[in-house]
Amino acid sequence: MAKIEVKNVYKIFGTDPIDVLPQVKEGATKEKVLEDTGHTVGLDNVSISVEEGETFVCMGLSGSGKSTLIRHLNRLIDPTAGEVIVNGTNVMQLKEKELIEFRKHEMSMVFQRFGLFPHKTVIQNVAYGLEIQGKEIEERNKIAMSQIEAVGLQGFEYQYPSQLSGGMQQRVGLARALATNPGILLMDEAFSALDPLIRSDMQKQLLELQSELKKTIFFITHDLDESLKLGDHIGILNHGRLVQVGTPEDIIMKPADDYVEAFVKDVNRAKVLRARTVMVKPDKFNGKDVKLSESYKVDGDAFIEEFLPKVLQDRSTIVVVDNKGDTMGYITEKELAISLTKTSHNESAKTF
Amino acid sequence: MIKIIKKYINYIYLILFAGLIVISYLSSKRKPDSVTELFTDFGWLNNFPKWLDAPFMVWINDWWRAFSAKYGLIFDAIGYVLLRAYSITKNFLIDVPWPIVVLGVVLLTFYASGKKIGTTIFVGFCTFSIGFLNPRFWDKAIETTTIVFIGILLCLIVGLPVGIAMARNPRVRNAILPVLDLMQVIPSFCYLIPGIILFGLGAIPAIIGIFIYACPPLIRLTDLGIRLVDKEVIEAAESFGANKKQKLWGVQLPLALPNIMQGINQCTMMALAMVVIASMIGTRGLGDEVLLGLQQLNVGSSLEAGLAIVLLAIVFDRITQAYGEKIQERTQPAKKKKAI
Repeated sequence: MAKIEVKNVYKIFGTDPIDVLPQVKEGATKEKVLEDTGHTVGLDNVSISVEEGETFVCMGLSGSGKSTLIRHLNRLIDPTAGEVIVNGTNVMQLKEKELIEFRKHEMSMVFQRFGLFPHKTVIQNVAYGLEIQGKEIEERNKIAMSQIEAVGLQGFEYQYPSQLSGGMQQRVGLARALATNPGILLMDEAFSALDPLIRSDMQKQLLELQSELKKTIFFITHDLDESLKLGDHIGILNHGRLVQVGTPEDIIMKPADDYVEAFVKDVNRAKVLRARTVMVKPDKFNGKDVKLSESYKVDGDAFIEEFLPKVLQDRSTIVVVDNKGDTMGYITEKELAISLTKTSHNESAKTF
Repeated sequence: MIKIIKKYINYIYLILFAGLIVISYLSSKRKPDSVTELFTDFGWLNNFPKWLDAPFMVWINDWWRAFSAKYGLIFDAIGYVLLRAYSITKNFLIDVPWPIVVLGVVLLTFYASGKKIGTTIFVGFCTFSIGFLNPRFWDKAIETTTIVFIGILLCLIVGLPVGIAMARNPRVRNAILPVLDLMQVIPSFCYLIPGIILFGLGAIPAIIGIFIYACPPLIRLTDLGIRLVDKEVIEAAESFGANKKQKLWGVQLPLALPNIMQGINQCTMMALAMVVIASMIGTRGLGDEVLLGLQQLNVGSSLEAGLAIVLLAIVFDRITQAYGEKIQERTQPAKKKKAI
């Protein structure tokens, strides 16, 4: 069973959302609904399922409803219609007290502009979730200290958030979210406010933490590179509709419509595609012009950029192997040329 | 049901208004002999007709008489409590030797301002100068201070909870805002005179006047301060499962405190203004001296008393401002200066 399940969620902002719902369900566009009724469609029939331990990245431009979606998971926003099921509990049916207990233990959230408490020190900020849970001060400070060390902020624990740089503030936000040891981490454009170098640093740190902790992460971003780097699965939202869900490779190789295609147009494919995806199977491989003596073995999970220089330099053929060392397929210049060419969604069937 | 009411609310208002006009016409003593006259002689279109007079005055007077007869005891009780608090505080401060009072003010400023020497010396000097202007002013200033102090206490007791309730519930805000407008706009004598009827002459109607006049800014700034707290910070608290109480005391109030302090500061200044006006209904204090000077055409004396009021205002203002600044530094510390 999936860890997080979002089923047919609709969210309409305005005075009488229930009255507008049938119109939206019939498939009226966001613009038309706004013109006819003055209501804004936030989410339009969104269904997502996220497995335990994976990172699901939800991507879209601003106004596409991604921040609205993430706030449905811990019910900071109530949907107009639909269900949200987390860990088997239907979040919509929780009473106020149950909801508070649910938020205390099941998930925690990291915010775009950090959402730190300006009147609390770093250690008080990190310990906030534990304080709300009612833990004693010694215990919560101990846990908070270990989390502060985990994000590399030791020495700053008695500073106030405004005394720290943006990157450091977001690390406090991350430590605060991890301190309660929740199963699910919600990250709302967590790295969007940071400058590029610090952002990639934070992404690396998140990946490292994730490889140890194996949390279920629901990550929101408007940056495709970020989503390709972090996501096991990516969902793309446009005007409140989920237009495509898939692995990073699916998104790159088979964009579902023009919107997704515009997104993936400028992506550095060599960084995203893996050998396994671009290789040809041995039975389809025309081996006569290949000098296998000059071949070079790579793992199926390797990214193109790792072996690309090798191919270009000595025109060698790549032999793709699995973790036991058996040959799975081959890659030559031809396959590379095809996979690195920008594909349009209507011709992708041909090349693939 | 509610939806139906919402849809026709404007018509309901229209019917009520028409009813009011009919009642006014019927209860008027100067109406024409018969209604048909209105349609034959259109002279009433020239001047506002005497029969078009909503009988509010009669209603309010009737209500007021019934009200003061029925609930007079309650107001006597309130008046008694306030009077006791007033006279105990005032007598205490007057009995204490004046140098100790000055020293007390200096110490209060010193700790409230976060040990700022400049402010402390300035406030101490101003306090001393009130008596220095005219020794008679010292006891009068203490009377004024006591009235202002008790008035502010009343404002805090009522204003803070109301402000918090307004920030949390838009419906409460919509209901309270017109009341606040009314409290601020209505001329002060309109409530000072009924105050005399309920509480008698002296300090108590002045305290009630202070409450009506000075409470609105405190309520408004409390409400605004809480609503201005960064939405993401509130969401952060909610996402960790903070309940309403934890959110209010742990996040909203501490972050709204600079604004609330500003409200208390405004409240203090307006209280001081009111206590001077209240001298006209027989409240003793510095305002009393101004009035006396005016009545005797003694420009020097009334100016001296006016100056003493200004000094008192400065003392109040400096102490509350300095305390507000100290809080602001604590809740929103200035950015660390980067080494170059």
